[in-house]
Order: sequence, then C-alpha cells, then structure tokens
Amino acid sequence: MTVKYTKDHEWVRVDGDVATIGISNFAQGQLGDVVFVELPEAGRVLEQGKEAAVVESVKAASDVYCPVSGTVTEANQALVDDPSLANSAPETDGWFFKVTLSDPSQLDALMDEAAYAAFVEESH
Amino acid sequence: MSMNSQGRPSAIPVAASTDAVTGTITGNRGLQIEEPLIFEQDAPGRCGVDLPEIPTVATRLGAVKPRATVGLPGLAEPQVVRHYTRLSQKNYAIDSGLYPLGSCTMKHNPRLNEKMARLPGFADVHPLQPVSTVQGALELMDALAHWLKTLTGMAAVTLAPAAGAHGEMCGIMAIRAAHEAKGDSGRTKILVPESAHGTNPATAAACGYAVESIPATADGRVDLAALKAKLGPDVAGLMLTNPNTCGLFERDIIAIADAVHAAGGYFYCDGANFNAIVGRVRPADLGVAVMHINLHTTFSTPHGGGGPGSGPVVFSEALAPYVPVPYVTHGANGFALVEEAGDGPAFGRMKAFHGQMGMFTRALSYMLSHGADGLWQASGDAVLNANYVMAKLEDVMTASFDGPCMHECLFDDRFLKGTGVTTLDMAKALIDEGFHPMTMYFPLVVHGALLIEPTETESKASLDQFIGALRALAERAKGGDVAYFQAAPRLTPRRRLDETAAARKPILRWTPPAGADAVAAE
Amino acid sequence: MRYLPLTEADRQSMLAATRAASVNDLFRDVPEAARLSGPIGGLPNHMGELEVERLMGAMAAKNIAAGSVPSFLGAGAYRHHVPATVDHMVQRGEFLTAYTPYQPEVSQGTLQVLFEFQTQVSLLTGMDVANASMYDGATACAEAVIMANRVTRRKKALLSGGLHPHYRDTTTTDARFIGFDAVALPADPTGVEDLAAQIDNTTSCVVVQNPSVFGHVRDYSDLAKVCQAKGALLIVVVTEALSLGLLTPPGDMGADIVAAEGQSFGNALNFGGPYVGLFAVKDKYVRQMPGRLCGETVDADGRRGFVLTLSTREQHIRREKATSNICTNAGLCALAFSIHVSLLGEAGITHLAQLNHAKAVQMADKLAAVPGVEVVNGSFFNEFTVKLPKPAAGVVEALAARRILGGVPVSRLYPGEMDDLLLVAVTETNTESDMDAFATALAEVLS
Repeated sequence: MTVKYTKDHEWVRVDGDVATIGISNFAQGQLGDVVFVELPEAGRVLEQGKEAAVVESVKAASDVYCPVSGTVTEANQALVDDPSLANSAPETDGWFFKVTLSDPSQLDALMDEAAYAAFVEESH
Repeated sequence: MSMNSQGRPSAIPVAASTDAVTGTITGNRGLQIEEPLIFEQDAPGRCGVDLPEIPTVATRLGAVKPRATVGLPGLAEPQVVRHYTRLSQKNYAIDSGLYPLGSCTMKHNPRLNEKMARLPGFADVHPLQPVSTVQGALELMDALAHWLKTLTGMAAVTLAPAAGAHGEMCGIMAIRAAHEAKGDSGRTKILVPESAHGTNPATAAACGYAVESIPATADGRVDLAALKAKLGPDVAGLMLTNPNTCGLFERDIIAIADAVHAAGGYFYCDGANFNAIVGRVRPADLGVAVMHINLHTTFSTPHGGGGPGSGPVVFSEALAPYVPVPYVTHGANGFALVEEAGDGPAFGRMKAFHGQMGMFTRALSYMLSHGADGLWQASGDAVLNANYVMAKLEDVMTASFDGPCMHECLFDDRFLKGTGVTTLDMAKALIDEGFHPMTMYFPLVVHGALLIEPTETESKASLDQFIGALRALAERAKGGDVAYFQAAPRLTPRRRLDETAAARKPILRWTPPAGADAVAAE
Repeated sequence: MRYLPLTEADRQSMLAATRAASVNDLFRDVPEAARLSGPIGGLPNHMGELEVERLMGAMAAKNIAAGSVPSFLGAGAYRHHVPATVDHMVQRGEFLTAYTPYQPEVSQGTLQVLFEFQTQVSLLTGMDVANASMYDGATACAEAVIMANRVTRRKKALLSGGLHPHYRDTTTTDARFIGFDAVALPADPTGVEDLAAQIDNTTSCVVVQNPSVFGHVRDYSDLAKVCQAKGALLIVVVTEALSLGLLTPPGDMGADIVAAEGQSFGNALNFGGPYVGLFAVKDKYVRQMPGRLCGETVDADGRRGFVLTLSTREQHIRREKATSNICTNAGLCALAFSIHVSLLGEAGITHLAQLNHAKAVQMADKLAAVPGVEVVNGSFFNEFTVKLPKPAAGVVEALAARRILGGVPVSRLYPGEMDDLLLVAVTETNTESDMDAFATALAEVLS
C-alpha cells in the first residue's frame, strides 16, 4: 500500500482500486481542535481537485479537495461521531472517505511521504 | 484542503487549569455574584406582572387548539431585576472603560440620544399610521438624510438597511440592478482586497457574484497595478474599505475609483471606518459610487451587545435611480412616504416598514450635538489618539506598517516571536488589567494581528494607562513568563472558556433536568 | 464639545509624540483635493443638550403618539404594555454599551442573556433550537427561505397569500438578486387558500403566516405532512409573537423553520424599528442556520459559562461561503424581549394572550354591530379584517381627524387592491371606552 500526499495537505492510501483519503498530520496541527466534519455521501462522483468534504475547527472552516477522481464508496462515520479523531489519528482512524479510482494514473503526480515532508518543511 | 489562517487556540491551555482561584461557600466572590439561569429560579404560578381579568367570551380560534403549556419559568419582579442586574455586572462596556476594538468604533454613547429616542412622539408611533399623523417622524428621516448626504457629498440615500452588512447587500444589489438595467449581464465578479471585512465577500457571494481577491502592497494598501490587471468587462465592481482595515488611508483611492469606473464597474466603499474622516473628507470627492454608513459606529448609536444596528447607504448620481423603497419625499401636503417600487428601476424593500427609526433619532441627536465643527474635531481627535497609541507602543510592539495611521493602528505578533506568548494570550492578559482587548487576528494580511481603535472619546490619561499596561505586558512576554499569560484572565467572572467542547457537543438551550416531567406529573 | 475629553494642551503634547506637525498633517495620505480646509459647509455648529431637545421635541410633537389616542393598528407591529423594568434594565450601560460578546470572559452577562433568549424562543415556538436573533421578522423570513433552498438544494419557494406583503417583498428582493424563485400566491383575505395542491417535487419550502396578515388562524399540521412527503420544508412566520402564548405552536404543527417578529415583547413601536427577528429550527438543521448562536461550556476552573459557538457558519470565518452575511443582530431588542418574557413567565404569557384574544372578540362584536360593517374572519387571535362600505384609507383618515387610529387599510399593504378592507388589532392597552369610541366614531364616519 502506498501513501501519497497533495500540496493541499490531503493524503491518499491506495489498496487495489480503492483509495482512502484524509488530511495530513501537519494539516490537523494547523487547524487546531477539529470539531466538525462534513463528508460526501456514498455514490457521489468526485473530480480531482474539487471540494469533497469540510473540516471545521472552532475558528476555521476548510474545504477538503479530492486528490483523485472517483466514486465515493464509504464515509467514515466514526469521524463524524468523534471529530477529534482527525487530531489524534489523522492518518489512520481519522480517515475521511474512500473512493474507487476512475483514473489511477492521477496518483503519479502526487508526492510520496519524503517529498511531502520536504514540501512542508520548505513552504512553512 | 484550503487553509484558513484565522485559526487561533480554542481549548484551554494546561497552565490555566493549574491556577485555580480559592473558592467561597456560595461561589460568589465579593461583588462578583453567581447567577443561575432564569429557568432555574422557577416557582409555578409566580408572575412578574399583574394583569386584569380576562372577559368571558366564546373563543374564535377556529380549528386551532389552545396550547397546554409553554414551559417558561415564573419569577416575581424583584427576582427579574436582580437577575439582569447581576448579569449586566458580568459585562465589560464602554461605560466601564476603554474598548479598543479595531474597526468597531466603540465610542461613548451619549445618554441624550437615549432620551430623544424615547420621546413618545418617536417611540410610540406605529409605522402604518396615516402619513398625516407622522409628519414629524418623516421630517426626522428627511433631516437625517440631509446630514448623511451633506457629510458624504453623495446624491441620494436610503435609510432602510438594518445594519452594516444589510447596507452592503443593498449597495451590491443596486450595482447589480444598474448593470441589469443597461443589459450588461457579463459582469460576474466583484473584486475584494485581502484585508476586507468578512462581510464583503459574504455579501458579494450572496448576491451571486464570484469574489476575486486583490493583493496588498508592502505598505498595506491595495496594489493598484494588480487591481488594474483584473479589471475588465467581467467585473461588476470593487468593494473596498477606506480607511482600510489596516488603519491606513488608501492614497491611490481616486485612481482606484477612476480605474474601476473606466472599466464599467462601480466602486463600493465599505463605510465601517468612516469615523476617521467624517466631517473632514467627503467620500464623493474620492470617487465613491455607493457606500454604507454604520450609524452604530460613526454616529454612536449603542452596540447593545450586538445590535440593533442601522446601515443607511448613500449613492452617486449614477446609482441614485436604484435606491430601494421606502423613502421620504416632499409632497404638496408636507412629507410623503414612497412605499412601493412601482415600475421604475428602484428595487423593492429589504425589511419590514421604514428602517431603524430608533437609531435615526439617536444618530440625529449625535449629529446635532456635534455640529460641523464638533465632527471636524471628533475625527481629528480619533486619528490623533490612534497615532499617539502607535507612537507610544512601536518601540516595544511591532507596528505592521509605517504611519501615520488613521483612526486605528495595527500591530502584528513579530514582537512575540520566540516568547511562547500568542496574540490571544496578550489579549487575555489585558483583560486582567481592566481593558477590553483590541481586535485580534484581524485583518488577515498580517500574522497574529492586534488592531487598536481608541476613538476620540478617550482622554489622554486613559490612553496613557492603556499604553502603560500594554508596554508592561510586552516586556513581561519578552521576559519569558509564558505561564502567566496562559493562565490569564484570572480576575474575570469566568476564566478561559472551552470553545472546543462547546462546538463539538453544542448545548444551545436549557432543557429541564432529566426526571423533571415525572416529578411534575406525580 | 462635551463628548471630547482632549484639551488643547493634550493635543499639542500628543502631536509632539507622533512627530506630526499638526492634526491636519496626520491626514496627509488623503489626496489634497479631497481634504476639506475646515468644518463642512451647509450644516449647523455644535449644540447643547437643551437646544437639541428643543429641536427633536418639536419634531416629535408633530406626530400623534399611539398611546395618546385610541389605537388599533397591527399588521406586523403591535402596541403592548412594556413593564417599566424592561426599559430600565436595557439602559444599564453594561448591556447598552457593550459590543458583540467576542471575548467571553468579559461578556458572560450578554452571553447568558442570549442563551436564555434562545431557550425562550425555542419554548414559545415549540422548536428544538433558536438563534440569537435576526434584524426583524421580514429578514428572518427571507433568511429562512434561503436556508430552505440550501437544505433541500431546490430553488422554488411558495409564499402564502396570507404572508405579510413586506415579508413577501423582502423575500422576493432576495430572490431576484440571490437567484431563486419565490412564487407569491394571490392575497388570501378570507383564509381559504389551498397550498398543498401547489407543492411539487421542485418546491424548496412553503411559507405560511399564522395568524395570517388578515388575522386568520389555521392548523398547518396537514400541510406539514404534505411538505414532508414532497421533500419541502414548512416555514411558519409569526408576526404577533404573543399569539404563541395561546395557539398551538408551529413546532407542534410540524414546522421545520419558524421565522417570527418578536417586537410584541419588550419593544416599543418605534415607527417600525428596531425590532427583533426570531429564528428557530429543528435540531437537524442547526448547522444550516444563519446568525449567531450562544452555547454552554465550562471555563478553566470547571464552572459553567457561555460562548458564541458554531461560528464557522458565519461571515467573519467562512467569508464568501457563509450561510448568510448577517453580522450585527438585534442584541438589545432581544434583551428587551427576554426581560419582558421573564417578567410574564408561564402564567403571565398565557394570561396576556387570552386577554388579547378576548378583547379582540369583544371589539369584533362591537364593529359587527356598526351598520354596513362586516367582520370577514371566522377565526383570529388579536387582529381581524373588516369589510367597510367605503374605501378604508379615507375612513382611517377621517378617524384620525377625530383622534382615533382606527386600524390599517389593507390597501396600504396592497396598493390598489381590496380598498374596502381594514385590519383591526386589539391588545391589552385598549380600554372598553377606547373600543366604544372607535365603534361610535366609525359609525359616524360611515353614516
């Protein structure tokens, strides 16, 4: 399983043709305490780079963009019930939603873990 | 994901909870008296008013059943008086002290204005009385309109909008109506500088426009070249606050206005900061096409803990035909009230009735009290006070831009770098010194903003005390006493509140304790 | 100038600190052509309190104060007796001169008031949750429609013919500029319109007013069921909040959103404003709500406290994605509302509502006895419509000449239509002799 990152601080983990998507540990640190998430419903067709979810802290609301095009198969109900998972386990239990990839080649342009770490280091 | 840079700490720092204040038996602390919710003081049947008996009649409620209960508590008058008195004592107010909220213009609220608004001839008049019985009310509206037009140099005014943001809606609607009347449907964008109030982009978006951001220059002003590059047949207008939210006057304002109008757009000026220039500079002379005026800032109608406001809008000759109803005209039999838009280009109403009359009476009292000479002095003193604060703090705090500033001065958190103390901590520590904090984390164009607007109604002694407190706090922060700041405020009715918990599990109303129904039913 | 504390000596020493040559020099960033050289022309100079009082008093004296004569006007603004306590408490400087409670540690007074206000509005409307107020009932109505469009992702609102025309127009103004359809049904003076038949799968919401602008009261429970079946929201508008003390509340009828005018409690007529908009919804729509919300939490010492919450919906954070651009609300008017409701309490509010209804029934009977006058309503709360043998506007003018404010001609709200109809409101402030004087004068004017 490979994990890839976007410049907008989303991560994608691919398992077969299913991609799991969330926000990075760096992103949750910037947001502060997450208090609410709004996730896409199953069946929704998402386009790469378009708004897919909303994540809110007390003083900030941010859009989460879909890193890859695909159809939503599942949203993380546990995260809806306990948004603090986005802070405590951003890249594991705090995942946002899953999609079936419509164009796996889109993954090629995303950053791997080392490249993302360098990107964060450089830009912040 | 998009990152919003307004994030600030929302949970309680660990240091705060380790610094508990010694308790008392009652929870009261001298003059700080604990007060339960009104719902927790209920005795069934008790009532704070005495009412006459109900005449016996056959009800005419048709198919609607009378309701069984409402669920409200019963209190006697003395309890109600004590409840609200105690609650009031948990508030900071202009009456208590300096309230330096930048871009909010928290100035003294003269009590004469309250007295005038309560004259029965104004307060006890129904909005739909025959026009012949409300000539004085219409005269007052006409007089206020005259003052606003004279002070701005503009051609027309509507008094209808209920607040500043409502005035913004009105102004953007008028711009849209003007473009539509010309058959120009290609204008889909409104330009808004990065430093704008949040209401500006929210208003433009609510009116169906795409919002495009204009960058600022290094000196805190609109980048004229960048603006010009964005102007074109797709731009409906520009929304710009002047003086801007960095407390600076836009030096290129006339060039900006000319460029926007040359490109076929309209220049909307957000008048939130009009207090800096009122009586000294007429917005019409700056090329403004439309501008709202907050009567509750510049003209001192009280903020009341968040309203009511009043947001009249002034229009240039070009936009005057689009002024919404209602408005006052001079007729053969005195003043008349135009209440219907009819077939003309004017658009329809924005709220019920004729505007915030209670605010008009207060604002006109304020204007009459000041007069032309008093307003000249007031805006001068407002600007002098802000520049004085800036001059006295710039060696220990970091001013974001060079002066002179207008009615407010902007600092950022560079002076706190490496100290572990945040802008929020500074604000909370200032509370313990007896001051309301400045505006924090706004505008967004600088990091950890502290925006200070003292207003003209502060004395030099009051400013000096405030300056002394801030200087001492800045030194203390640099001395590394982080724990002190994180535990602040210590002396308030409540200490830092857990906003994270409030947002994660919202409790937005009182509910009867579990089992209360069962007990009542027995 | 009595409001300006700086002395000339202060100004000179402060100027020295700023290193500016003069106050005018501080304005040097203003283009020279736009700088006035001295106080603006065409306006008077400053005045003392006494002079201002004379000028303002002279204007006030040209109006007929509703309380100085028998007065029967309603149509969205009602003259009720406001207990002395209310106005005294709202003038406490700590309430009057505070800003929006953005710093909760020094704003617990305002915040607790808002929390109590939200609870009172929830209880009165029978809804789950209410916000901290809107500008007025009409803007609350328009915001409710915009919210329903957002919730349903539909764009067609159906506005009842019983909706106050000012509320209708405020909503259609927004519809034009924001871009949605607001279909306003014809005026319904007899209270018989059938809305259910007009709802389809593209309807975002149905807006009804109860009592209607013509005074009719109806049970909308069945309409709520139709709305639910079609995926539309039911918005119930209330312009006379006191009716909530007597009638089945909108929440119990199945309303999704209640948008109401709260002026009847604590707020004077004020020639139409400022008033206080009430906005209440079902729990599931909380995050779609416009306006401020106050919530309960704890402080660093574990004590109960209050904060503004869920503010990510609002303009200062979401900016162009906000649920509304509303910023200032009606804080002080909400406080007045809350104090009045607290004084009345459960016993007072139901009593006052019944008293209003009983007096209105008496008035209707007195007017029905006037030759040529017909009471249109079969049902009403404290306001009803009468049909006159002459145009109502002229009758009202003639009554005003006799120093009686005899209601609102329907044609004032619907220009050129229904000119023989008159709206008559009756409250606890109307005495038996007021009512008799009105009936007698009306008989004279009509004869």
